[in-house]
Amino acid sequence: MPDNEILEMNRSQPQAQHTGGGQGPHGVLNKRSLFDGAILRQATIDAFRKLDPRVQLKNPVMFVVLIGTVVTLIESVAHSSAFAWAVFVWLLLTVLFANFAEAMAEGRGKAQADTLRKTREHTDARRLDAGGAEHRVPAADLAVGDLVVCEAGDVIPSDGEITEGVASIDESAITGESAPVIREAGSDRSAVTGGTKVLSDRILVRISAEPGQTFLDRMINLVEGAKRQKTPNEVALTILLAALTIIFVPVVVVLQPFGIFAGASVSVIVLVALIVCLIPTTIGALLSAIGIAGMDRLVQRNVLAMSGRAVEAAGDVQTLLLDKTGTITMGNRMASTFYPVGGSSEQDLADAAQLASLADETPEGRSIVVLAKQEYGLRERELGPGHVFVPFSATTRMSGLDADGRQIRKGAADAVKRWVTEQGGSAPGELDQIVERVARAGSTPLVVSDGARVLGVVELKDVVKQGITERFEQLRSIGIRTVMITGDNPLTAAAIAQEAGVDDYLAEATPEAKLQLIKKEQEGGKLVAMTGDGTNDAPALAQADVGVAMNMGTTAAKEAGNMVDLDSNPTKLIDVVEIGKQLLITRGALTTFSIANDVAKYFAIIPALFVSTYPQLHKLNIMGLHSPQSAVLSAVIFNALVIIALIPLALRGVRFRPSSASAILRRNVLIYGLGGLIAPFIFIKLIDLILTAIGAF
Amino acid sequence: MSFAWTIVAFVVVLAICWRFLGAYMVTVFNGRSTWLSFVERPLYRLLKVDPESEQSWQRYAVSVTMFTGVALLFGYGIFRLQGHLPFNPQHFGAVREDTAWNTVVSFVTNTNWQAYSGETTMSYLSQMGVLALQNFLSAAVGIAVAVALIRGFARRGSKTIGNFWVDFVRSNLYVLLPIAFVAAIVFIGQGALETLSGPAHVHNALTGVDQTLPRGPIASQEVIKQLGTNGGGFFNANGAGPFENPSGLTNFLSIILILCIPVALTYTFGKMVFSVRQGVAILAVMTVLFGGWLTMATVAEHQGNPAVAAAGVTEQPTGNMEGKETRFGAPSSALYNITSTQTSTGSVDSAADSYTAIGGGAMLTGMMLGEVSPGGVGTGLYGILLFAVITVFIGGLMVGRTPEYLGKKIQAREVKLAALGVLVMPITVLVLTAIAVSVHAGRVGPLNAGPHGFSEILYAYTSQTNNNGSGFGGLSANTPFYNITGTIGLLLGRFGMIIPVLALAGSLAAKQVVPASLGTFRTDKPMFAVLLLGIVLIVGALTFFPAVSLGPIVEQFSGGRLF
Repeated sequence: MPDNEILEMNRSQPQAQHTGGGQGPHGVLNKRSLFDGAILRQATIDAFRKLDPRVQLKNPVMFVVLIGTVVTLIESVAHSSAFAWAVFVWLLLTVLFANFAEAMAEGRGKAQADTLRKTREHTDARRLDAGGAEHRVPAADLAVGDLVVCEAGDVIPSDGEITEGVASIDESAITGESAPVIREAGSDRSAVTGGTKVLSDRILVRISAEPGQTFLDRMINLVEGAKRQKTPNEVALTILLAALTIIFVPVVVVLQPFGIFAGASVSVIVLVALIVCLIPTTIGALLSAIGIAGMDRLVQRNVLAMSGRAVEAAGDVQTLLLDKTGTITMGNRMASTFYPVGGSSEQDLADAAQLASLADETPEGRSIVVLAKQEYGLRERELGPGHVFVPFSATTRMSGLDADGRQIRKGAADAVKRWVTEQGGSAPGELDQIVERVARAGSTPLVVSDGARVLGVVELKDVVKQGITERFEQLRSIGIRTVMITGDNPLTAAAIAQEAGVDDYLAEATPEAKLQLIKKEQEGGKLVAMTGDGTNDAPALAQADVGVAMNMGTTAAKEAGNMVDLDSNPTKLIDVVEIGKQLLITRGALTTFSIANDVAKYFAIIPALFVSTYPQLHKLNIMGLHSPQSAVLSAVIFNALVIIALIPLALRGVRFRPSSASAILRRNVLIYGLGGLIAPFIFIKLIDLILTAIGAF
Repeated sequence: MSFAWTIVAFVVVLAICWRFLGAYMVTVFNGRSTWLSFVERPLYRLLKVDPESEQSWQRYAVSVTMFTGVALLFGYGIFRLQGHLPFNPQHFGAVREDTAWNTVVSFVTNTNWQAYSGETTMSYLSQMGVLALQNFLSAAVGIAVAVALIRGFARRGSKTIGNFWVDFVRSNLYVLLPIAFVAAIVFIGQGALETLSGPAHVHNALTGVDQTLPRGPIASQEVIKQLGTNGGGFFNANGAGPFENPSGLTNFLSIILILCIPVALTYTFGKMVFSVRQGVAILAVMTVLFGGWLTMATVAEHQGNPAVAAAGVTEQPTGNMEGKETRFGAPSSALYNITSTQTSTGSVDSAADSYTAIGGGAMLTGMMLGEVSPGGVGTGLYGILLFAVITVFIGGLMVGRTPEYLGKKIQAREVKLAALGVLVMPITVLVLTAIAVSVHAGRVGPLNAGPHGFSEILYAYTSQTNNNGSGFGGLSANTPFYNITGTIGLLLGRFGMIIPVLALAGSLAAKQVVPASLGTFRTDKPMFAVLLLGIVLIVGALTFFPAVSLGPIVEQFSGGRLF
């Protein structure tokens, strides 16, 4: 591969390089802990505000609890007893705990949105009119197509494209990354975001967003969860929970006539307690908190999902399209080996290669200098006067140094060979073999010559990121296929694909080929995720089920995708998939837990209901609870406390360890199914013991 | 033959049925079996059906409903007019309105709840032309609906789920009729009656008493009542009487006939969705449930009658023999009755009312699980597939993917339909029982007081709503109140499930398939079977535990004390 292509690549390198798929830099969006004091206070207040029946109506499970609470209140007033009031208080707490869980999940988003809002406020714009005169107007008055001027120190008033100039910009308000980035007119990096700050130079920006529709506005809305819509799986789960709620109403209501037939009088309070204990309150109370927290986890990793649907789709993804450069490889080719030819020594080759690279500021050039230093102890040296560096040019496709009568060159094999021939020399026969071998291994061969003599080949290796192979291994174990996308030729692509351990690759990829690949995968029923940044990525981003656009990419790319990565780190796609899975797993696990809990509650309440009529039913009281009333109250208290106890789990999510579906299922069934069956027996008994010990009964 | 050998023979014969009858039914419903096409084609012409045209789920459902409507009117008409119609050697008059209505609904819904005594109510025409006929037809409807649901899973992006009339005709012609024909001959050979010559009048020389012994075309009806998991006997005594169930062989054969189609359909299901293992997973759950309930009943009956023990009898070596035929003994009777209550058949060879609390409770709770172990012909399969959809939904979420079953995504619509299909039965049973125990007309029904009386009522509605048809006994069910409320249970239990099942079939058929990967929740593995078992048990337990604790459980803890 010729040098100019390497240079081309250097120019397009992301400014911020991240290795691995870990957390991005910590910015504005993720400074608060899960249980921040301010959020706790606000959530407590909101828990009471959400008692409004109109809010409760959105959640059928908790709405039934609210009605039950009201019925208990009426009963408590009509036939006042300590027991009745205790049940009432704990039912009310059940509703409040559920509200609290939701408020906690919303709290952090709201706090983050407030921080973002401060950025947006009080921005003035310097609008240019048709005549080129400058007017100060509020940012809110800007329309699409307006031209504004921004100079060092100005906050960019709205989203737009730079039409003139180049500037360094502080985007920390959006990304949390404090290192400035360069934005330049007429390039792929011409988009600027409202709310970011110009640090140097002067640019003209053509506004591309309506007021209220800017990236910052959308970000605030998303973070705040203001327009949160239920995701498809959440809707389906809500239906199941509603069905489980509806069934328990007749199951419990018929106990009244059944009891009368048996000659028992069944207390309304106990029936209400039974309904509340049986309907899936645990998952019902935590369901929306889980959804909000899932989105929030993405935000903490500096990824903005435009919809919850996209987050859920991420969990379903079966094929990941990953760009080679920046995701799988470091992006920069590094010198790895010197191959001398024609009887020259490695030392000579390393020396010449280092000399030829002294003025080469590209990462590849620097890596040659470093390798020669490390392997052969060659230090940078003083060059005598009269030396001339020969810069790279597209016509010669070589660079080098003329000094002390030597003409050292390095460059693409054919270019250097021609140069040597022109000097009257000839390339040794083995050169072609070595060049071929290096290329086949996925590396780039650079040929080095001294005068008319070819010294050898420097292998520039595409370095695969550390840990990425393990990542792909994990993905394979959870059933996700990885496809590497690269502009390299098939030979190079195959070599890198093998080294990185991806399942497949698309070589010499064009935007059309990428789009075709996505469509082909989708026809087989697979969901596809990809990252992209350029305008020509936009159709593929739009077609993919999960399209993560890099924040530094073009506006078109950001519009087409359904997520934006503020760190512009393509490796994060893998995290996004895991968060999507975690979201679903958390819902499933808590649903299982909630249903499994019912068994113990039955054994607490059914004997309590009928033991006065049929003393034989005392045998069902396998927990040996103190009295019917303490049994009922213990079950109700457990039911309420378990919500509080599980809030951290709902907010953090069930831990996701990449393994096969069978292994994940086995673990979760064991913990949440079997655990959910057993835990309430223990805790209801404990609560009963405490109630008895404190003399409540 | 000892009971252990009975069980071995039972398992072996059923395994053979599973493999071969199951595979045969695949060819029947794929249209590849054509050996009876000389009858089949003229039938389509008669019915004005184009066998090549397919139906959407809505049209399929309309066809089922239309067919049922016509069958109901036809049957009701014959019952009411039997006094004026031929084949009535005992000159029975019209069947009372509410009884006629309840009976026709009961047979058309494959329930065969019998509030009446067959031998003293029904003419031969009613027995043959309505009851035996509906035994075939209602069974075929069940199979057809199950096949439609299987197609829903198997097809991709399809608007249609088959043609009801074709599935219905082929169920009858290729599956039910040939088996019934052969089995009837065996039954006749063993001594079951098959005659149209009216009752026999005999004089008992010892007692000097003249007796009229009712007879009739019994063997032919007996066989399909078992094969089609209908259960309605010619006589009130059902399988306990020697004219219906003459020998140990017929007793054994009855059990096999009941189970063969429901069991074999799991193979058919697996084969049609291109993975027999999927069917094995379903069968495994059915088997564990069946085995569990059989053990419960057998052990309970083996222990003897607690009331007898309470009366001072220290040993009951043959177990609880009250209400059982000495020809069969306690364990075999338990096998027969459990088989019949777990398959929505409802025929009995011993009196359920006289079982121990746990034995009777096993029959009752077996039905409460929704008749899925293995359930009725077709109904058992589609019943358990509804549970499977719910299992897949919860389990699928737990592996972090949008849940899918056999590659079909289980989303809001599927969850809604499956939940509806699963929950109609318990709600209906509980509400009807609550009404019965609250009104005078209902409270006078049961023979016994206290929890046993409650069990009698609960059993009646559980049996009817699950389209089982077995009677607990003890309940005077042939009253307008019980006939009318029972009919509501019968219809809701049948169509409250069939309609959601067909809608589910339609919705699934239209979907594309998500290819399986390592990230897929496997539904052909033991883990899925365990979860499905758990869901079936927990749904049954959560809905019926309070009611059952007021019936059989109280009774059991009372140690034989009567109320």
